[in-house]
Amino acid sequence: MNNVDLSVEVGPLKLRNPVLLASGTVGYGNEMAEFIDLNKIGGIVTKSLSLKPRKGNPPQRIVETPAGMLNAIGLANVGVEVFIKEKIPFLKNFDVPLICNIAAGTFEEYVECTKILTAEESIAAFEINVSCPNVKEGGLQFGNNISAVGKITAAVRAVTEKPLIIKLSPNVSDISEFAKVVKEEGGDAVSAINTLVGASFDINTRKPKIKNIHGGLSGPAIKPVAVAKVFEINRNVDIPVIGVGGIMNWKDVIEFMIAGASAVQLGTVNFIDPTAAEKIISGLGEYCTKNNLQNISALTGSYVID
Amino acid sequence: MFIVDTAIEKSIELENDIHIFKIFSPDIASIINPGEFLNVKVSDTLYPLLRRPFSICDVEGDYIFLMFNIFGEGTRILAHKHPGDIINILGPLGKGFNFGSNFETAVIVAGGLGAAPFPFLTRKIGNKKNILTLIGGKTHREVITYGMKNIHIATDDGSLGTKGTVIDLLNENKKLFTSSRAKIFGCGPTPMLKALKKFSLENNLDSEVSTECAMACGFGICQGCPIESTSVQDKYLLVCKDGPVFNVRDVVI
Repeated sequence: MNNVDLSVEVGPLKLRNPVLLASGTVGYGNEMAEFIDLNKIGGIVTKSLSLKPRKGNPPQRIVETPAGMLNAIGLANVGVEVFIKEKIPFLKNFDVPLICNIAAGTFEEYVECTKILTAEESIAAFEINVSCPNVKEGGLQFGNNISAVGKITAAVRAVTEKPLIIKLSPNVSDISEFAKVVKEEGGDAVSAINTLVGASFDINTRKPKIKNIHGGLSGPAIKPVAVAKVFEINRNVDIPVIGVGGIMNWKDVIEFMIAGASAVQLGTVNFIDPTAAEKIISGLGEYCTKNNLQNISALTGSYVID
Repeated sequence: MFIVDTAIEKSIELENDIHIFKIFSPDIASIINPGEFLNVKVSDTLYPLLRRPFSICDVEGDYIFLMFNIFGEGTRILAHKHPGDIINILGPLGKGFNFGSNFETAVIVAGGLGAAPFPFLTRKIGNKKNILTLIGGKTHREVITYGMKNIHIATDDGSLGTKGTVIDLLNENKKLFTSSRAKIFGCGPTPMLKALKKFSLENNLDSEVSTECAMACGFGICQGCPIESTSVQDKYLLVCKDGPVFNVRDVVI
């Protein structure tokens, strides 16, 4: 791994390597810190925060599907105030970029959350969740509505100078249009993709397997969809993309980067192997060495199409 | 917490399609407590993708015992493993039973595969306290007595022991333990746990139960396994981290 530079830039956000831990799969860092050295990770994206604490959906929230899982957690979170008081002090012990994910029910709530959190020095960037499929208000409706995504981007941009990432929904016909609007309204990057809407029924009871009926599909089952969406955005819009969806190993990361991702997020794999990030980062170094790549960032959008 | 590959040392198949695996894991064996669990990756492929939680059945020296029946794909794959095959285990996880003090008689109440954590609890309590074990199942095929002592049995169809539920059996045998300071330790299907909670509250007995919920990670990050608290209204507890063992007064069952 001599001399390999794994650092990447996602717009104005500089990362020591391209491996971030995705929102909702790393909590607020404390559980993961028992397994891995957070100082080695590219960055952490917090569980989605809302202005007030959210209780989330009743059980059952999770069901496994072939090579994936459905979840309908319902954005259970401690709220902005407790996050600042109780979670940030722990995260300050680490030298790891903290990306704060915000999920709100109204435009005003997005703005209010960002306004409060932007004052926190230890927050490196914001990721705005406009695309959670599991809450009734906001979430999916915003994520499917191009003018709503534009309006949220502009409103949040107006209250923070920190790097602003919008997490896009795959449950749309043309994701590039959404990325375009994000760029026009001042967003610095997009994350692609959030989970796909899915459902599963028990054939004996005929009831939905998760209480919310619909859930978000994640895991390796969605990886080809995510790669396609990253590629579409990369081809059509000049905006950095963070690739998310079904990454299980370093090869998946390389694939996402070739398709156009500047960085990636690990999600479901953290549940199965909370040490995956460290293994993946060392795998990336070895790949670069073998392929005489001095900077991993050269991989971004390096696809070859005959 | 440890994540380790470990070989299956021995596979025991009881009657009734119940499997017990003996696995070598000195690190976990030396610190794990009854009622705590392991999250097991049964295959290194993408299917099944997630780990499967198993409560610790017993510990002997450096070895851990897991008990399971074939319930779904994960346990089917596991049941086909042989001695020498490798599984990956993550643990110890969760909070187990409090069996240290404040009671004279441990009343163990197990329904079906809910027997799984009790051989270890029975071993840990040893001769320090009295143990009374009440075991229930739909039929004799669901009754598991492995590793337990002073056993009373009830089956729904009367094919073994008393005819009725394990809660009926508990009521019938009340005089065996209500004269001393008794503590209930329960594990089994949700309707049984509900009835056990009711019985415990009506008889003013200290009572802990091991609960169950689908979960992805087992250590608190996925937030997939909520359980309603009786005291805090605006947030759920997590079965994996705050439990799986709870005092019946603390959770809505």
